[in-house]
Parts: sequence; C-alpha cells; structure tokens
Amino acid sequence: MIPSGVTIEDIFLAAAALFIVLAIMMFYRAVAGPTTQDRLLAVNVLGTNTVVILALLAAGLDEPWFLDVALIYALLNFLMAIAISKFTVERGGVL
Amino acid sequence: MIEAIRFWAIVVLIAFGLFFTFVSAVGVLRLPDIYARAHTASQTDTLGAGLALAAVALALGWDNMTIYAVLLLFFVFITNPTAAHAIARSAAETGIDPWTKDSDEEGESK
Repeated sequence: MIPSGVTIEDIFLAAAALFIVLAIMMFYRAVAGPTTQDRLLAVNVLGTNTVVILALLAAGLDEPWFLDVALIYALLNFLMAIAISKFTVERGGVL
Repeated sequence: MIEAIRFWAIVVLIAFGLFFTFVSAVGVLRLPDIYARAHTASQTDTLGAGLALAAVALALGWDNMTIYAVLLLFFVFITNPTAAHAIARSAAETGIDPWTKDSDEEGESK
C-alpha cells in the first residue's frame, strides 16, 4: 500500500536532486581528466544525467513540455560527442 | 491495489536507476584509463538512465507525453553506446595506450 504523506511527485523531485549530485561529481573528471577524450566522456555522461533530470522534473513538477527540451538536449549531446571525437582525430583539436 | 503496484514499481525503477548511475559516476571517477571509463559510462549509465526514464513513462500513464518519454528511452539506448564507442575509438586513433599493471609502477595514471 502507498505510505501516507508521500506523493509520487516528492519521489521524483528527490530523485532529481540525487541525480544532480551525481552530475556534479562528473565535473571533477571534466576538469582534471588528463586527455581530451576523458573530458569529452565526462561531459557526455553529464549530458545524459541532464536529460534524466529534465525527464524527472517533467513528471515531478507536472510540466510535460520539459520532455521536449530533454529530447532536443539528447540529440545535441549525441551530435556533440560524435563531432568532437571526429575533430580530435582528423584535425588534432576542436578548432 | 493497482495504484499501489504502480507506485512501488516506480519507486523500484527509480531506486535501481539511481544505483546504476551511482556506479557509473564512481567508475568514471575512479577507473584508471579512458577505455575503462568509456566502458563503465556506456554500460551502467545507459542502464541507469533507461530505468529512470522508464519510471517517468510509467508515472505519466496513458498520455500523449508518454510517447516522448518512450522515444527518449529508445534514443538514449541507441546513442549512448554509440557515443562511447566513438570516444574510445578517437582515443585509440590519437595513440593513447591502454592501462596495464606495468604502467602503475611508474606512478603514471592516465
């Protein structure tokens, strides 16, 4: 049975807060990572976490249009990972 | 009854999603080289994000927006391993050597 006083929105918001903590942990690897690929991987994982946080907020705050933002963010995140990893090989850097 | 089952299913999905994302975060911070980190990031993070998005889709119920959540779930499952593969491949092509036990003795942790 459902415990009284706890709504499903509270659970989504608490989970979003914990996901934000896990995303902040990724900043260490993005700043300190010895190679470009380490930083790229950390930013990619951070982007995936951001997508999950946006989806959890969409359900927790009952604002379903956050899911549109999450979808676009996932597309751009994937595109960025592919583009930077290509540029690092072919041109020796992002620029 | 159905509501209680749905509630606990959502709680369990979110708990497992948080657990696997935590494993992924610890792996990215602690593992020795880029290949091991790409491995943990592609596997555990895909599973964690997938479970959390499944919980969102379950919570929204029969709604137009559930299609978005399921689409997002499918998309994360396709693109996350692909991106990790591209990153590991670019690491291999720029000449980063995989970590072995010998390189640990030199005090080098790349």
